[in-house]
Amino acid sequence: MSAPAPSLFTEAAIKTAEGLGLTKGRANLEVFADTLLTLATSDKNVLAVTSDSRGSGKLVPFGQALPEQIVEVGIAEQNLVGIAAGLSSVGKNVFAVSPACFLAARALEQIKNDVAYSDNPVTLVGISAGVSYGALGTTHHSLHDFAALRAINNLRIIAPADNFEAREAVLAAANLQEPVYLRFGKAALYNLPATDRFHVDKVRVLRQGKDATFIANGETVIHALLAAALLEQRGITCNVISAPSIKPLDGETVLSLAADSKAVITVEEHMVNGGLGEACAALIAQAAINPKFKIMGIPDEYTVTGSQADIFRHYGISMEGLSETMLGLLEP
Amino acid sequence: MLSDQQLARKSLEYRRDTLRWIKHSGAGHTGGSLSCTDILNVLYNRILRVSPQSFSSPTRDRYIQSKGHSVESLFVVLADQGFYQQEELASLCRYESHFVGHPTKKIPGVEQNTGALGHGLPISAGIAIGGKLDNADFRVFTLLGDGELAEGSNWEAAMAAAHYKLDNLTAIVDCNTLQITGHTANVMNNEPLAEKFQAFGWAVRSIDGHDIRELTAALSTPLETGKPSAIIARTVKGKGVSFMENVGKWHHGVPSDEEYAQALSELNSALKALPETC
Repeated sequence: MSAPAPSLFTEAAIKTAEGLGLTKGRANLEVFADTLLTLATSDKNVLAVTSDSRGSGKLVPFGQALPEQIVEVGIAEQNLVGIAAGLSSVGKNVFAVSPACFLAARALEQIKNDVAYSDNPVTLVGISAGVSYGALGTTHHSLHDFAALRAINNLRIIAPADNFEAREAVLAAANLQEPVYLRFGKAALYNLPATDRFHVDKVRVLRQGKDATFIANGETVIHALLAAALLEQRGITCNVISAPSIKPLDGETVLSLAADSKAVITVEEHMVNGGLGEACAALIAQAAINPKFKIMGIPDEYTVTGSQADIFRHYGISMEGLSETMLGLLEP
Repeated sequence: MLSDQQLARKSLEYRRDTLRWIKHSGAGHTGGSLSCTDILNVLYNRILRVSPQSFSSPTRDRYIQSKGHSVESLFVVLADQGFYQQEELASLCRYESHFVGHPTKKIPGVEQNTGALGHGLPISAGIAIGGKLDNADFRVFTLLGDGELAEGSNWEAAMAAAHYKLDNLTAIVDCNTLQITGHTANVMNNEPLAEKFQAFGWAVRSIDGHDIRELTAALSTPLETGKPSAIIARTVKGKGVSFMENVGKWHHGVPSDEEYAQALSELNSALKALPETC
């Protein structure tokens, strides 16, 4: 069990996490790979298709245990998705695994036509998503994938926040018989507070409050949760929503909590254009409710150089940054 | 099985019907539909183990039309195979019709939605890998345009098909040497095409893509055990109508009333010239 990358959290954030009784988890990517191996061990129709990505996808044990159930296509993302669609069309339960930056850009037309439009129920797994690759830079960042894929009909988009959500999302995708995009980072984070059973269409309400709401997904949820805990020390209570499914988005829950909030902040490891934040903004605007609203993510620029932790902190995606932003939003 | 002469008659009828529906809808990819007519004819009447009754069978052969724009001749052939009534094509490209201007799974007999080029070969390779994993004996056929081969995804799939020794996969190139801008050799030369596929590890045969016997011989069995098959079918764009043959504007030209009458006259004359026994 690996510890959370210490630089993702300040000492104060670690203390806050410990105060909440949060336990350390593994990288969601590892949970994905373990879950897929378990599924594939009991069902030979479950296949992993990789583009020289089995190492970064944590699928080396899968390849060793089930060599007949991993299809390697080499560094060829378009072919990865085309072959995955073909395999799916003959009844295989296919997980096509590739770094999100390449999968959701280079193979976008294959995702649109061969998977979504042709309704081949492939699970597309975007690994090392967001700014997971940190200082490797913009070529390796996927800050566009939510926006690009939200504009494609017949494709679920799910970004799990912790090990529980990661495992449940993989199981759901395996059973759905629908095109799905699963997005995983590679940092080991904390396990979030337990909630009732996972439902793929629903958000998880991790914390409830009266003043404001954080809506986050993926590896940013923990920072929103810690920010809410910090704000509570100042007498401000917040809802914290983990929204693994951006599409479809659980509008009912989002709106019911946003309607009673003075302020709403969305948080995502994605450019502020076209992602979770704009999806929530569209819901809220069309429901004619009017909380103060802020989208936190990467602004429309190429990111500052640094690790994932550096980039998060630079753009205010941290306990400290998010709580400050919320305080500013709540000022009269 | 239908005789060669019966297939020759069908090719003329398919071309006549293809023009009929293009004329009716006011849109279509005329030249490419006419260049691949004989290929579709031999595939559906001689090679493919596919029928309306068996279309949901996991062991059926698969045909993926990667050059999806030549959909009109495919729709005509599928109607002839009994997947639907040909008169349904009256709605081709009309408001709310399922008959879109490219293949769609909403039409009985169509395996995959195609139309964007460079997609059919990767999908077909995936189907063929699936067949190998299941030890199934179905074959997979895909029809590519020669202009389409400029799409790099074809060569990703060509590499993978050889790597996985997909002798259950046959790619047919409708090599009519013309694309929308002009001659393929001038737009983006892909020759020597046979040597390219050979270098990628494929078994290759070049044939006359309008010769029923050559098509039958090339498609009846995989060319070589352990290798995918590439059939370079030399064809004529606009085949069968004198003023359309090898003329670029008929890529998606729609005949005027006079042109349509002349085209029908030529095809009907050719039908009449066939021996009465077929």
